[in-house]
Amino acid sequence: MPAETTTSVTSVTGWGRTAPTTSLLVRPRTYEEAATAVRECGERGGIARGLGRAYGDAAQNAGGAVLDMTGLDRIRGIDAVAGVVVCDAGVSLHRLMEVLLPLGWFVPVTPGTRYVTVGGAIGADIHGKNHHVSGSFSRHVQSMDVLIADGTVQTALPGSDLFDATAGGMGLTGVILSATVELHPVETSLMSVDTERATDLDDLMSRLTATDDRYRYSVAWIDLLARGAATGRAVLTRGDHAPLDALPVRARREPLAFRPGRLPAAPAFFPEGLLGRTSVSLFNELWYRRAPKSRTGELQKMSTFFHPLDGVPHWNRVYGRGGFVQYQFVVGYGQEETLRRIVSRISRRGCPSFLAVLKRFGEGDPGWLSFPMPGWTLALDIPANLTGLGAFLDELDEEVTGAGGRVYLAKDSRLRPESLAGMYPKLPAFRALRAELDPTSVFTSDLSRRLSL
Amino acid sequence: MKDAFGTPQSLLVLGGTSEIALATARRLVARRTRTVWLAGRPSPALEEAAVQLRSLGADVHTVAFDALDSASHEVALGKVFAEGDIDMVLLAFGILGDQSRDESEPLSAVRVAQTNYTGAVSAGLICAKALQGQGHGSLVVLSSVAGERARRANFIYGSSKAGLDAFAQGLGDALHGTGVHVMVVRPGFVRSKMTAGLEEAPMATTPEAVAAAIETGLRRRSETVWVPGALRVVMSALRHVPRPLFRRLPV
Ligand SMILES: Cc1cc2nc3c(=O)[nH]c(=O)nc-3n(C[C@H](O)[C@H](O)[C@H](O)COP(=O)(O)OP(=O)(O)OC[C@H]3O[C@@H](n4cnc5c(N)ncnc54)[C@H](O)[C@@H]3O)c2cc1C
Ligand SMILES: NC(=O)c1ccc[n+]([C@@H]2O[C@H](COP(=O)([O-])OP(=O)(O)OC[C@H]3O[C@@H](n4cnc5c(N)ncnc54)[C@H](OP(=O)(O)O)[C@@H]3O)[C@@H](O)[C@H]2O)c1
Repeated sequence: MPAETTTSVTSVTGWGRTAPTTSLLVRPRTYEEAATAVRECGERGGIARGLGRAYGDAAQNAGGAVLDMTGLDRIRGIDAVAGVVVCDAGVSLHRLMEVLLPLGWFVPVTPGTRYVTVGGAIGADIHGKNHHVSGSFSRHVQSMDVLIADGTVQTALPGSDLFDATAGGMGLTGVILSATVELHPVETSLMSVDTERATDLDDLMSRLTATDDRYRYSVAWIDLLARGAATGRAVLTRGDHAPLDALPVRARREPLAFRPGRLPAAPAFFPEGLLGRTSVSLFNELWYRRAPKSRTGELQKMSTFFHPLDGVPHWNRVYGRGGFVQYQFVVGYGQEETLRRIVSRISRRGCPSFLAVLKRFGEGDPGWLSFPMPGWTLALDIPANLTGLGAFLDELDEEVTGAGGRVYLAKDSRLRPESLAGMYPKLPAFRALRAELDPTSVFTSDLSRRLSL
Repeated sequence: MKDAFGTPQSLLVLGGTSEIALATARRLVARRTRTVWLAGRPSPALEEAAVQLRSLGADVHTVAFDALDSASHEVALGKVFAEGDIDMVLLAFGILGDQSRDESEPLSAVRVAQTNYTGAVSAGLICAKALQGQGHGSLVVLSSVAGERARRANFIYGSSKAGLDAFAQGLGDALHGTGVHVMVVRPGFVRSKMTAGLEEAPMATTPEAVAAAIETGLRRRSETVWVPGALRVVMSALRHVPRPLFRRLPV
C-alpha cells in the first residue's frame, strides 16, 4: 500500500457503541489509494465508513479492512446557478452547509445530525423531516462514481441497477467515491417553525395527517414514558426555510449566516445507571410542559430545528459503557392499529427512552434496500443493558413484519436474518447483483455477516 | 455476528455433553443462536445432545474432540473455524476427579490436571488465535470457585481450576484490544452429573442459572462472572481467612 495511506488496527463500533470488533482502518486520501485498499483488503474483505453515525454494525468489518472515507473530502465543483454540487463521498453535510448556505443553497435532505458524509447519506439512503415532500437523499443524486469489487470505477446514473442497489445498499456494492447532488434554494439560514402539542397518539396522528402537506419539514417528538390517557403525547415542530421578508430588518443584512454553536462535549465516562426510568421520565415531562401549546412562525436557527443533538458532541456517551440501540421502523398507512399497539407496548414496558420521533413518510424510494415507504415511522433510543430488551424488540419486529413494515438497517444492531426477507422484498435482486459484481464478497461488513446480506 | 446484546449467532462448545454448556446453548438458541458445534468425545450422549438442540431449531454439528489429546486440537478445531465465523466458544470440559483416590493414585490426579488445565491451555490458545483472526468473538471459560482458594477436600481439582482461571485471565489481558473478549465464569456448586451423589454445598445452583449469568455477562462484556453473584463477596471474605482457620472450615 502506498506510504501516504494511514492504517491502524482499531476497535470499531457504530454510534450506539455496542458490539465492538477490530479491523484494519485504512484512510485513503485519493481515489487511487481507495482502489488499492479495495484490491488489497484480503480475505475478510473491506467496507466503507463515513462518520460512523450509523447506530449499529453497518460500517465495521471484524478482522478485515474498514475504509475511513473522511480523507476524501474535496468539494470538486459548485454550480451556484443551477444548484448542483460535485463532491467526494467523504465530505460531511456540515461542510456542505458551511460552503453552500452563503450561496443560497441547502442540502436536499438532512438527517437529525449534520455529521454524516455524502457517502453515508447515499449508503443508507437517508431521509429527513422533508421526506413527505422530497423523498430520500439519493433522489437528489444525479450521478455517482462507485469503486466496485474488481477495482474499477463505474459511473452510476439513476435508474441503473448499480445506482438502485447502491442507494441504501449499506456500502455492500462498492465504495462511493464522489457524487453529484442537487440542492435546494433558500433565502435565509433561518427556519420559520410552528409548534403545537398533541395530547395523545390519536390526536397526534390526526394533526399530522390533516396538515403535514402544508409544511416542507415535519416531525413530532413523542414522550414514550407517558402512560394511560397521555400515551403518545407529543410536540409537533413543523416549518420551512424562512423567506427573507420574514426576518427582522437587522438580520436581513446577513440572512445566510450559518452559526450552529456548540456546547461542551459529554464526559468520556458517564456514570452508568444515571438514565433510569425516573430521570428520563422527568426530563420528558419538563420538555413537554416547556413546549408551547401552539406557536406559529417562530424563527429558529437551522441547527436548533434540524440538529438539536449536534450541540453536544459525543452525546452518545451518556448511555455509559453498555451503549444503546435505536429502534426505527415504518408501517404503512392503514396500519395505524399496529403503530398504536407498539407505542402502548413500549410505554407500558417503561423503556427509559428519551423523546422518540414520529414522522409520516411520502412515496417509497427507488433504492432496493431503501428504508422509507409510505407510512408512519417511529424511532427511539433505548439503553442496551436493559434486561430482556433483545426479546422485546424481536416481538416488535414481529408486529412490524406482520403489518408489512420494516426496520431501518442504518439504525439496526440486533435484527435476526430471518426477519429480513419479509421486510425488504427486493433483497433477492440485491443479492443477485452482489453475487454478479462481487462474487468473492470483497465488500463485507459486520451487518452483512449478521444478516447474511 | 453478535448482536448489540452480545448474543452470538454461532456457538462452539468444547465439552459438548456438559450440562452447564447445554443449558447455555438452549438459552442462546431460544434467543438467536442458529449454528452450534458440539465438540466432545464421540458418544451416544453427544449425538443425543445434538438432536435435542436441533429440535429447538438450531443447525447442529458434532465434532470429535478429546481434551487429553492436545496434539489433535489444532486439526479438530481448525476444521470448525474453517466452516465460518464462531461468535462464541464455550470451554466447558472438565472432570472433578475423586480426591481421595487421586491422592493415592498420582496418575489419576494427573488426568484431572491434564484435562482441566493442559487441555484447556491448548484448546484455549487455538481458539483465541482463530477468534483474533476474525477480529471478534467471546471465549467463555468455565472455571470454578474451587480454583479461588484450594481446599483440603478437593485441592487437586481446585488447583487445576486455579491454573485454568489464571490462564484465562492472562489470555483475556493478552487479547485486550483485539476484538476478542474472554469471560471467566466461576460457578459454585452446580447440580449436574458432575456433582451427582455429592453432598450439596451452600448456595448450590443450577445449570440454567449459570446459563442466565453467562447471557448477562455477554451483554455486559464482563470479564468475570460468579454464579450465584453473591459468591463474589463470600469468596473475597474467604480469601483472607487465615490458614489455620481456613483448614478447619467445613466448606
Ligand atoms: C443523531 C442522529 C440522527 C440521525 N437521524 C437520521 C435521520 O433523521 N434520518 C436518517 O435517515 N438517518 C439518520 N441517522 C442515521 C445516519 O444518517 C446514517 O446512519 C448515515 O448513514 C450516517 O452517515 P455516516 O457518514 O456517518 O456513515 P457511516 O455510519 O460511517 O456508514 C453508514 C453506512 O454507509 C456506508 N457508507 C459510508 N460511506 C460510504 C461510501 N463512501 N461508499 C459506500 N458506502 C458508504 C457504510 O458502509 C455503512 O453501511 C441519524 C444518526 C444520528 C447519530
Ligand atoms: N457442576 C459443578 O458444580 C461445577 C461447578 C463449577 C465449575 N464447573 C465446571 O463447569 C464445567 C462443566 O461442568 P458440568 O457441571 O456441565 O459437568 P458435566 O455435565 O459433567 O460436563 C463435563 C464435560 O466435560 C467433558 N469432558 C471430560 N473429559 C473430557 C475430555 N478428556 N475430552 C473432552 N471432553 C471431556 C465431558 O464429556 P464426556 O461426555 O465425554 O464425559 C462433559 O461434556 C466443567 O469444567 C466443570 O469443572 C462445574
